Amino acid sequence: MTDIAQLETELLGAVSQAKDEAALEAVRVAALGKNGSVSALLKTLGAMTPDERKANGPKINGLKDKVTAAIAARKDALGSAALDARLNSESVDVTLPVRETPAEAGRVHPISQVIDELTAIFADMGFAVAEGPDIETDDYNFTKLNFPEGHPARDMHDTFYFPPDADGKRKLLRTHTSPVQVRTMLTQKPPIRVIIPGRTYRSDSDQTHTPMFHQVEGLVIDKGSHLGHLKWILEEFCKAFFEVNAVKMRFRPSFFPFTEPSMEVDIQCKRDKNEVRFGEGNDWMEILGCGMVHPNVLRNCGLDPDSVQGFAWGLGIDRIAMLKYGMPDLRPFFEADVRWLNHYGFRPLDFPTLAGGLSP
Amino acid sequence: MKFTLAWLKEHLDTDASLDEITDKLTMIGLEVESVEDRAKQLAPFVIASVISAEQHPNADRLRVCMVDPGNGKPVQVVCGAPNARTGMKGVFSPPGTYIPGKDITLGVGKIRGVESHGMLVSEAELKLSDDHDGIIDLPSDAPVGNSYAEYAGLGDPVIDINLTPNRPDCTGISGIARDLGAATIGTFKDRPPKAVKGQFPCPVSVKLDFGATHPLCPAFGLRLVKGAKNGPSPEWLQKRLRAIGLRPINTLVDITNFITFDRGRPLHVFDAKKVHGNLVVRRASNGETLLALDGKTYTLDNAMCVIADDKGVESLAGIMGGEASGCDENTTDVLIESALWDPLNIAQTGRKLGINSDARYRFERGVDPAFMVPGLELATQMVLDLCGGTPSEIVVAGEVNVPEKVIDFPLGEITRLTGLKIAQPQARGILEHLGFFAAGNPEKMKIAVPSWRPDVEGKADIVEEVVRIIGVDSVPVEPFPRGDHARKAVLTPIQNRTRKAKRALATRGLIEAVTWSFVSKKEAELFGGGKAELALTNPIAAELSDMRPSLIPGLLAAAQRNADRGFGDTALFEVGQIFTGDQPDGQFTAASGVRRALAKPSGSARHWSSTATPVDAFDAKADALAALAATGAPMQALQVVPGGPAWFHPGRSGTIQIGPQNTLGHFGELHPRMIEALDAEGPLIAFEVLLEKIPEPKAKATRAKPMLELSAFQPVERDFAFVVDRAVKAADLVRAAQNVDKKLIVGVAVFDVYEGKGIEPGKKSIAIAVKIQPRDKTMTDEEIEALAGKIVAEVTKRTGGTLRA
Repeated sequence: MTDIAQLETELLGAVSQAKDEAALEAVRVAALGKNGSVSALLKTLGAMTPDERKANGPKINGLKDKVTAAIAARKDALGSAALDARLNSESVDVTLPVRETPAEAGRVHPISQVIDELTAIFADMGFAVAEGPDIETDDYNFTKLNFPEGHPARDMHDTFYFPPDADGKRKLLRTHTSPVQVRTMLTQKPPIRVIIPGRTYRSDSDQTHTPMFHQVEGLVIDKGSHLGHLKWILEEFCKAFFEVNAVKMRFRPSFFPFTEPSMEVDIQCKRDKNEVRFGEGNDWMEILGCGMVHPNVLRNCGLDPDSVQGFAWGLGIDRIAMLKYGMPDLRPFFEADVRWLNHYGFRPLDFPTLAGGLSP
Repeated sequence: MKFTLAWLKEHLDTDASLDEITDKLTMIGLEVESVEDRAKQLAPFVIASVISAEQHPNADRLRVCMVDPGNGKPVQVVCGAPNARTGMKGVFSPPGTYIPGKDITLGVGKIRGVESHGMLVSEAELKLSDDHDGIIDLPSDAPVGNSYAEYAGLGDPVIDINLTPNRPDCTGISGIARDLGAATIGTFKDRPPKAVKGQFPCPVSVKLDFGATHPLCPAFGLRLVKGAKNGPSPEWLQKRLRAIGLRPINTLVDITNFITFDRGRPLHVFDAKKVHGNLVVRRASNGETLLALDGKTYTLDNAMCVIADDKGVESLAGIMGGEASGCDENTTDVLIESALWDPLNIAQTGRKLGINSDARYRFERGVDPAFMVPGLELATQMVLDLCGGTPSEIVVAGEVNVPEKVIDFPLGEITRLTGLKIAQPQARGILEHLGFFAAGNPEKMKIAVPSWRPDVEGKADIVEEVVRIIGVDSVPVEPFPRGDHARKAVLTPIQNRTRKAKRALATRGLIEAVTWSFVSKKEAELFGGGKAELALTNPIAAELSDMRPSLIPGLLAAAQRNADRGFGDTALFEVGQIFTGDQPDGQFTAASGVRRALAKPSGSARHWSSTATPVDAFDAKADALAALAATGAPMQALQVVPGGPAWFHPGRSGTIQIGPQNTLGHFGELHPRMIEALDAEGPLIAFEVLLEKIPEPKAKATRAKPMLELSAFQPVERDFAFVVDRAVKAADLVRAAQNVDKKLIVGVAVFDVYEGKGIEPGKKSIAIAVKIQPRDKTMTDEEIEALAGKIVAEVTKRTGGTLRA
């Protein structure tokens, strides 16, 4: 039957020429719809003799299958082309800048970061963190710490005072974090192992001094801790904090009213223009003061210096931050200049840990 | 405390080098602050003779000199000094020499076409004086080729030590020498002064008159030397004094200054002819005045101690003498005073009058009482040696009390406090070199403290003496055991909150500032502070006078400073102390933030992706809640009520609380008047939360979290829009919907708020999405409708609103 072959040619031609899905649908209806040309041929099968049917059936069904498949294939092709066209029209300029994540814009102040570093190091050695008020009594800031009334050692601290109260006593801004030692010894029983970070104040202001600064000190009170242990702790601390394999330290006898013996500690370093490197070089840099807690201080805090003993040390947080991270001046720490904070501050998720490394 | 190496060697027999001595000083606690070694600095400068000086061919003011530096190889030097001339002796520096006065290193140069191989220098170029009128012109017998520094007597290095206040004995060079002797750097030359026999009774008497008040002078020694001849002191003495920065005055005064530094014993000399009658040591009367030797007149009070004669105050005891009775060139009869004073009183008087004298420095630290009379003898001998004259006998008023301190010292104390094991002979040797006396067996040593060591009171001080001389470096390092106690949190709740708040706020794009704990009085008052008890009596500046009642004023000022520098879109925070009273419980830890202009949490400044909108109260609210959430506040229990403290915009601020009794913080836009008062420029928003106000969570028995319950059924979401009065609070509407069924309704979100066209004036539309979570079966449409009906009814009842058509 040349009719079938001709119909096939016609239909496949129409399918391939359908420009869009609507035209293709029209071709499908014209061929396979209720009154379509292929449907009409299929209907003729019913009236045929079995032999005729045997001969024509496969041809007609074959036509139907071919047309159906051609329509499906054409439909896919048209769909892809349409999607391509849509996608093409939807493109964006991916080079446009996006908003910076706020976690990238925010900063943590170097002082906070260094306090977190100190906490990580000393927590590992079994120290807790103690704190106390900034406004102190003369008794806790000086007298209990063995600064006799009127002693020249008090002159070494330029103290901020508040007006005298009804009893004539005047409060002051603590000149060091040491009154917290007193508070700790008065409220806790030995063994005591604490570090005490905090704000301290002296009425002094020039290039290298600010009226407010930060100190951290350590206190150990128990039955056997001695100078040899103190030296070990300070060496371990300096190695961990400055992230060097070895430090050379020099202990110089000195004087603090609240320790006896007292020492100042220098560490060996190499000074370059803007940088100080530890663990190398031939210069000495003073970084902290320390000593065995003075028997008078122990007595003033209700402890017996013949049965307990211990040591304390103190250093400037701002200062070790400057040494480690290279800020040349102290004053900008408290000026809140966003250029400085952006440069020297730390990203909020750079949390110092011993496991991950202290500095980012 | 300054001294020279040669002066030290008067008291110390040693071959040690300057470096060894200064290193040792530092390591035994006498920290060397500086060493000025001019012999070393000026080593290349030699005495040279100018063989010829001729006119420079190309310059009127220059001369071309042939200079012989003593090695027989004359060099050509171009010199501009007007006094350069043939045959003179000068000071020459070859090329390669550092010239301290010019801060340059000399090279070979061509000056106006003539080569110059070095320089003839002026005193200014050596930093010896300001004299730069001409080159140094030495006498004709100056030895050519020798070091100039040595020739000029500049070879004695000056050592400056930073003396700690506990060591009065080292305010004298002899004391420093004793320490060095103990530290085996040499042998201490102990030279106790010999008594000088008086030839006649002292004609002036001394009376200590303190009536019933606390005596301020334990003892006072005095002696007259008659017929002395005063005048400039000998060159050696002047050199000594000049080297340590003291100005020679005349022999008598120079002797007192010499002994002050040599032995740590301050003295005073009166011109006996200017003293009227006898001396009385007493408290000053209030308002009495003294013209002191520094040329200033001081007004005294009865807390101060003076030496007076019949005419009035002649000297401020232990601090400074008076002009009227001072010694000058014409003095022939001199009264020499050596006394003891109350150290505390000297310190207070000196501080009150603002006088820092060498005498005060020593008396307030505590001089050696046993040396009062020997010091007077030494001074007498020096006066006799240098000025001649006849000495009287000594009169002493009061009593020299030398405390006899003996300390029981078991040797094991050294090991107990330092870990260092040391044999008794060594410890004993050190102590005896320092002037202590030690006796007894190691378990029961008795140690007598010398009179010049008031700082040594107990066992710990003895340990320090031994260890500092042996060297702290020899104390063995010993690991510090962590102990076997369990690992526990080492931070207190407030410390934990502080560090979490900081990180949480920084992740919101805020930058952490650390601002002063003090603000101006005006700022303190504007932010609810300004109490008298929190105002410093001695602030460093007027704008840093009061303890801050809030962190906001400091942050606002900081934001404005940044804006003035061109950084206007600034977001700053601080977590730190604020003060409501001077007791420990008046101090709180605040977490506060300030945002300015376009510093939104989503990103600062203008951006192509959205229209630029300024910061608003909701940004401040989000910051506040972020800080609270991070620090463990019970977020479900927090209430936000409109309004805040006076520094906020009344209609654009809120208070965060848990019930009316516990306010956790505030947030909002700053009040326009506040912004104006602080000379700032908005838009500015701020928040402040107090970390102490967050209730502590109950301690949990287990770290395990409650079992997770997952529903098998899909949640359903229904939207509602209500028209309500403008004053109705969204939170009330949400709560009304939520309370309809706390089990089924798992979430109520406000997704639209609208006022304007289509809504009656004075009303607003609030649209909410209610999330319903079926619990034990899928809900039917009817059941969902019934729940929706209840929601509408409840919201209508609680808010007076109507469902929007």
